[in-house]
Amino acid sequence: MTPEIGYALTAVALGLALYGSAAAAVGAQRGRPALIQSSQHAALAIFVLIAAAMLLLVYAFLTFDFSVRYVATNTNRGTPFYYRITALWGALEGSIILWSWMLSLFTLLIILRYRSRQPEFYPWVLSVMLGILAFFLLVMTVPAPPFQRLTPIPPDGRGLNPLLQDTGMITHPVALYLGFTGFTVPFAFAMAALMTGKTGDEWITVTRRWTIVAWYFLSLGLLIGGWWSYHVLGWGGYWAWDPVENAAFMPWLTGTAFLHSVMIQERRRILKLWNLTLIILTFGLTIFGTFLTRSGILSSVHSFTQGTIGAFFLGFIALVLLGGFGLVAARGDRLKAQGELDSVVSRESAFLLNNLFLVAAAFTVFFGTVFPLLSEAIRGVKVSVGAPFFNLVNIPIFLALIFLMGVGPLIAWRRASRENLRRNFLWPVVVGVAAAAFFRLLGVTHALALLCFGLVVFVTATIVLDFYRATRARLRSGERLLPAMGGLLVRQNRRYGGFVVHLGILVIALGVLGSNAWSVQSETTLNRGEAFEIAGYRVRFDGLAASEESNHFKVTGTFTVANNGQPLAVMYPAKKFYPQEQTPIAYVDYLMGLREDLYLVLGDFARDGSQATIKVQVNRMVTLIWLGGLILTLGAALAILPERKKA
Amino acid sequence: MRRAAAALILLLVPLLAWAAPTPGSVNEDTVREIAAQLRCVVCQNLSVADSPSEMANQMRGIIRERLQAGDTPEQVVAYFVDKYGEWVLLSPRPRGFNLLVWVLPFAGIAVGLVAVLLLARRWSRRAASEPVAEAIDPATRERIRREMAELEP
Amino acid sequence: MSARPVSEGPANVDSGAFERGLSPRNPPGGGIGRGAKPPSEGIWRWGKWAIPLSVVPLLILLAYGFRTDPRAIPSPLVGRPAAPFSLALFDGGRLSLNDLKGKVVVVNFWASWCYPACYEEAPVLEGGWRRYKDRGVVVVGVDIQDTEEAARKFMKQFSISFPNGPDPGGKISVDYGVYGVPETFFIDRTGRIRKKHVGAVTETLFTGEVERLLKEGS
Repeated sequence: MTPEIGYALTAVALGLALYGSAAAAVGAQRGRPALIQSSQHAALAIFVLIAAAMLLLVYAFLTFDFSVRYVATNTNRGTPFYYRITALWGALEGSIILWSWMLSLFTLLIILRYRSRQPEFYPWVLSVMLGILAFFLLVMTVPAPPFQRLTPIPPDGRGLNPLLQDTGMITHPVALYLGFTGFTVPFAFAMAALMTGKTGDEWITVTRRWTIVAWYFLSLGLLIGGWWSYHVLGWGGYWAWDPVENAAFMPWLTGTAFLHSVMIQERRRILKLWNLTLIILTFGLTIFGTFLTRSGILSSVHSFTQGTIGAFFLGFIALVLLGGFGLVAARGDRLKAQGELDSVVSRESAFLLNNLFLVAAAFTVFFGTVFPLLSEAIRGVKVSVGAPFFNLVNIPIFLALIFLMGVGPLIAWRRASRENLRRNFLWPVVVGVAAAAFFRLLGVTHALALLCFGLVVFVTATIVLDFYRATRARLRSGERLLPAMGGLLVRQNRRYGGFVVHLGILVIALGVLGSNAWSVQSETTLNRGEAFEIAGYRVRFDGLAASEESNHFKVTGTFTVANNGQPLAVMYPAKKFYPQEQTPIAYVDYLMGLREDLYLVLGDFARDGSQATIKVQVNRMVTLIWLGGLILTLGAALAILPERKKA
Repeated sequence: MRRAAAALILLLVPLLAWAAPTPGSVNEDTVREIAAQLRCVVCQNLSVADSPSEMANQMRGIIRERLQAGDTPEQVVAYFVDKYGEWVLLSPRPRGFNLLVWVLPFAGIAVGLVAVLLLARRWSRRAASEPVAEAIDPATRERIRREMAELEP
Repeated sequence: MSARPVSEGPANVDSGAFERGLSPRNPPGGGIGRGAKPPSEGIWRWGKWAIPLSVVPLLILLAYGFRTDPRAIPSPLVGRPAAPFSLALFDGGRLSLNDLKGKVVVVNFWASWCYPACYEEAPVLEGGWRRYKDRGVVVVGVDIQDTEEAARKFMKQFSISFPNGPDPGGKISVDYGVYGVPETFFIDRTGRIRKKHVGAVTETLFTGEVERLLKEGS
């Protein structure tokens, strides 16, 4: 019965969503509050229906109900309890249901919060949200239903992909989807602004927190993905410019651009057209990302299934982009800029450049990702576009962005005089150059590394300088140190939240720099008792052990590690053999440190345990990336605090 | 940046108190450099240098053998391209149609910079055509400056 | 006093704050400043539709993507002389490609962990071998990235009798541009690769190809 019930729930929800979207739109257009009311009720019902469907699916997982095809493909009787729950979003169909549920939750929040506060926008926002929800429900009913019946009912399922049986993979999709669906809200408000003609600042100020939270979760999702890649996949890296990584990175880039340019519209009343374009682009890219991972047009680590689902997504992307941009073009005459500036050297320019570079990076990633397809279409030749290309083109862009991070918050609006420039940037520039020179003396000669390090120090100095000056001003008016600092953070939480986020990005940048420039690795075959030395570590192979786990067979190697003569730890890299997988999955063991990680991957081994091949990596400063993520979290939290009244 | 890694490793030797390089270790770096340019054919977008798969392992072995047999790095790469086609290169050769992917991003940035400049100039020209609202005497100006310095931005 | 903020003022001031509401040039409620030129009517009217229109070629490209298979890599080796190899057989002895000149050779790359495709095609290859071995056709199996034990088990399961050997360093695989299993190469009597098939070989495919090549130059 379960498949049929679940299917019925999603079908009814689909009907309600279509109705609700139309009702809200008509109600908004014709001023019929009753229609808007009924649309609200539909939204509430949809939330309940989808939640019920999700719980039903989880129940099916927990009770080993293999009559549901999705359950049979993604778990088996050996799958541990908690992974049976998280298998919900382990594959395509389940991920769509999670996405739909989040959308319905956000729609509910919109109803609760904006029904009375934003009466003009609200019905249009509701209509757009329900329309998007209808699309995902359509996908759940036609091309990718999670509730398909499997006959005959198999005695056991296939099992969850072992790579997904990891805490990182539990949280990564959830964070990413919160980010993706979070951006739906500013998009819906943008559409509402266009429909009502209120294309001023309101739609931006209303959705400011949504934008920050969505941006944060997208960042978190990307970082967790990097963490998973580094700790689980066993190749020792955290980012491979894989098409699906790129698919999530692109909306992050345009989302960051959007986050910044709305600040400028709020203050200077320019870039209205641009902001609308940018949010449509960002939302479009979130759908595009989902399309890439599910349509099968590009091969990637994530490639789910093919089938007709790609066509559905492509149609929806067409609707969103053509409809959104078309609407912008149609209402374009209301979007003329109203502010001015006095000079090209100004904060406005810094923000414009910020946007330019972020969008340029997004374009580069996009073009590089689809270029293989283009090449095949035009030339009939398959090419690959991978890390060397993306690194080469994006590194200068990112360096420019780091520079702008330092310049933007401190340069004056409208026109930065020489006095202003000197006052704010002289010391940071000096400190930055000095830091680069210092590193040169330490022996680093790679120009890019020196430049990056100098820039990071420069930007940190600007932040410290600003905070120092502001604190000093408060101290002068009689406050004590800690209350002054705390008061600053709280009273100007937007500004200082932003600074903390920037600091987080800087720490991540340092981690990326360090791990790329100074990591070492080696691969070697050892006999039992033999040791290998690298970067001060001594790794000795002690033996192999085999064990039978609940759903796999595991061979674990024992390696004793010493650092500079001091015994450090015993490490157990392993290889797991899952019956349903064709090749064994490597289980990495690592020692995480602030300055460097020791990273061991077990390769081939002799059956009798007399010999083993290992890959040893000493990855430098990778931990800074995760640390930067934590700092980012604090900054984002600070930035969305409710604003206190200024003294 | 892998090339940088190679150079930096050798330079940071005194800092890292590393064991003396064994004969043939320079060769290893060349192997990795070449491997970083090639796509691991059974993986999704990973390079032969990064991939932990068996195939990549074997490919690295072949690279090593060919280098020891006297091939230049270019010849080794050419051998793989001969067998697999251009697809095996992880980054498209900047030749012919492929130039598009290399040039377009930079061209885009250049066009964007020009656009930003023009936009900023247009907005500032608009401002420049406006008369100043009022003149302020120096004392008031100084007071404003002082007070604004103590205000929050 | 509605003061225009001095441009040499302290850096950290948001002069925009003064702008909002105080400056005569920007009355609250918006409006275009005096002397501002709206973007020229002509290009803007049509230019603004450029963005939605530019989306169309992208959509076409993505739709084209449905007709391609990202994992199907066309081989540059088809039509060229097959690379020579010397295979150490499981049953002992060696087999060299040069020895087989003048015969139609079917080289099949497989692995015991390649499920289900290799398991599907094994009977087809074995059946084809038995039917055609007296007609000048040789089927050669190359076992890649495998263990000897698992390979022998596989061969026993399907009663494989055609020559088979492992490719320990992957040299033969790379020489033939192999990027997955199973892959099968059909080599004609002159030693040229005439067809590469990726995936399990079917009865029709095998027979069709072999017959075609047998007819040539006999």
